[in-house]
Order: sequence, then structure tokens, then C-alpha cells
Amino acid sequence: MKVYLSRRYRFSASHRLHVDHFSDALNQETFGKCNNPFGHGHNYVVQVTFSGRIDTETGMVANLADLDSFAQEHLLARFDHTNLNTLDLFQNVVPTTENFAIAVERIFRQFPHAHLESVHVEETGNNSFDFAGDALTPIGRY
Amino acid sequence: MILLTRKAEFSAAHYYWNNAWSEEQNERIFGKCANRNGHGHNYTLEVTVAGEVDPITGFVVDLKLLKEILEREVVGVYDHRHLNLEIPDFATVIPTTENIAVAVWRRLDGKIPNARLHRVRVYEMPDLFADFYGEFGEEASQ
Repeated sequence: MKVYLSRRYRFSASHRLHVDHFSDALNQETFGKCNNPFGHGHNYVVQVTFSGRIDTETGMVANLADLDSFAQEHLLARFDHTNLNTLDLFQNVVPTTENFAIAVERIFRQFPHAHLESVHVEETGNNSFDFAGDALTPIGRY
Repeated sequence: MILLTRKAEFSAAHYYWNNAWSEEQNERIFGKCANRNGHGHNYTLEVTVAGEVDPITGFVVDLKLLKEILEREVVGVYDHRHLNLEIPDFATVIPTTENIAVAVWRRLDGKIPNARLHRVRVYEMPDLFADFYGEFGEEASQ
């Protein structure tokens, strides 16, 4: 028996899309208003999906209290109300939501009690990103 | 092949309790969900069926018929009930979101004409849901 359990977490953070070795003109051309000098923010939604058997004793794929506590420690405490550009993770990569989705996958695949099936990150109600398999982009310490 | 999804809502009470465990263990594992007076949710059910488009009607399945089937098989049974105390589906399993998804699959499988049940998604809250694709595995005979 394989069942999927999905949980959504919300946090708010700021970021600025900028590449140091691009000229100002090229940064502006590439990133548009996302390159404005002082950054801007989003209400992010992170949706993680785990799969597995239903434990016959608990009726659960994963205990929500364990997952919420893991998310609090490794996702929310780390990213909520931060400026993503200031974090170690984004010192060498642009804090796009694509790169953030890769980081989220690396974080939640460490959750010890269930198998991480997929990661979906919403930057706004209109923009969302799914981690779909191996990501080749190098990303900093997570 | 086309996938077609219909939503339905029901409100019900439940609690999490394993009779084989002590009161202390139930409270430790299930937290506030173990309150024996129960608590409730507004559940949202999303039922996805797969099928071919009828060349005359343009339908995979008549949505009105699908709505009636969901009402008869699930909503009319679960709505404004206590899942643990009144619904036989949960006589031997805890009515977690995961187990509700499996129970709804069992109620609907084979009941929808001209379409195959593809996925049952049950939202306990907007930020928590379980998906079941009929992957019973070795437990198929149960």
C-alpha cells in the first residue's frame, strides 16, 4: 500500500536577483524589477510530498508532529523573515525560487521517517516550481 | 486519455486513538488529536477519474452523475458524522487523512461508469492532504 501525504508550509522572505559579474545593464535586462537594488519580498509556500505505507499502529505515513517539528527547525526557523541573499546558501547562486526548490529538496530528503516524493514551491500565487528529479545546478552549503 | 476532477466537501469529527496502547502512549504519539471528545474538520475531497472523451457528448463522465455518485457513496455517508464512532470504514483503522483517502477509494472504485478511478485526494485542511492512487500492493486482498 502506497499513500502520499502532502504538507504546505508558509514563510515570508526577501530577495534580489543579481549576478555580481554582470554589468548593471545586463542585470537589469536579465532580471528586470527583480534586480531593483534593495530587494523585494514574497510570501512563499513550500509543499512537500512524502510517500510510504500506512503504519498500521498509527494510521499514518508520517507523524505530522515529527514533520512539523522538522520543518520548523530546518525550513521556517532558517528562512522565515530573512533576506535570502544574506544566507550562506545563496552566496554563490542567485536566490531564484528554482534554486530555492533545490535547497528545499535537499533539506526534506533528510527527514528520517518517510520517503520524500516531490517538492513544490510557490513564490507567488502565479509562479510555482516543482523539483522533478536530479538537479545539476551547483548550490552552496545547505 | 483525459483526467477529470470533481471536488466535494464534508464536515466530520474524529480522534486518533490506538486501543492497543496506553492512554499515555496515545497522548504522546497523537498529541491533541487523541482528545477522546473528538474534534472536527471541513474536509475537501478531490476525485480524479481517467477516461476517453465520448465522441457524441464530449464528456469523459457526466459531471452531474459523478457528483451524485460522490454524494451517495461518500458525502452522504461521512458528512456531519463522527468517523470513529459511526462509520464502519474506521472500525479497525484510525481515521487519519491517509486512511480516509484509502477508504474513499474503496467506496468509489468500480462505481463510476466509463471511467477509471485515478486518484483520491483528501484535504483535512488546506495545508494538509493525502493522495491515494489505488496502489494496494500486497495488501490488495484485504
